[in-house]
Amino acid sequence: MEQKTKIHAEDGKQEVVITREFELPLELLFKAFSEPGIIEEWMGTKVLKHEGQKHGSYQLETTDPKGNKYKFNGTIHEFTPNHKIIRTFEFENMPFGVQLEILKFEKLTDDSSKLHMHVLYESNAQRDQVLKMGMAPGINMAHNRLQEVVSKLK
Amino acid sequence: MNLRRDVFQAIADPTRRAILLLVASQAMTAGAIASNFDTARPTVSKHLQILTECELLEQKQNGREIYYHINATNMKEVADFIEPFRKMWDDRFNKLESIMKKHKSKK
Repeated sequence: MEQKTKIHAEDGKQEVVITREFELPLELLFKAFSEPGIIEEWMGTKVLKHEGQKHGSYQLETTDPKGNKYKFNGTIHEFTPNHKIIRTFEFENMPFGVQLEILKFEKLTDDSSKLHMHVLYESNAQRDQVLKMGMAPGINMAHNRLQEVVSKLK
Repeated sequence: MNLRRDVFQAIADPTRRAILLLVASQAMTAGAIASNFDTARPTVSKHLQILTECELLEQKQNGREIYYHINATNMKEVADFIEPFRKMWDDRFNKLESIMKKHKSKK
């Protein structure tokens, strides 16, 4: 399958930009970020709490095959349906700090849309650490998928 | 390149990633690292050995203790690590897309 996700991470910067075009109407794309049941499905994580509104917050929990649990949380600063989400993200009990995520949703045609995700870390060193660990926010422990990636490299 | 492949295999294991995360914040002794896991001490030692062999960790003697450090020079350049990061997002978004297409056809 063609890889449609693009990552832009400049040397020395403390941010990453992730962009992706979807063959989905804008409303459906946004729904995947606002309905807990759907978030659980595609993120492969349990949603303990998700308040899609200003001053709201969310909590996620992922269990790996060995039964270890990993928790993530964040605060929602802006939640404008079909337009924009600004939120923080923290991987609990890990030395990654808190990152700021700005998600913009854009309509391309009636059946396609684009996600623009701007992620800011506390420092360049912290960003590089996250990248070097091959870890994406929230998916960090979805290592089955990482293993698939690894097996392709063999 | 073999080393590269080994590095990815090393970080594919969740316990080893957790060890890297721990040591990334500060150099630690094997005992201090093991105390963070329920896993048996020999298992943690084995993980430390693999990470050291892949040159992701290095050992430094400090008095009578041996501390494990992140081997920054052998962690590849960011660019080399973007691809697995990008692929993970791509897989994830592919999943989102297929899930939402089903939602669409249900309506």
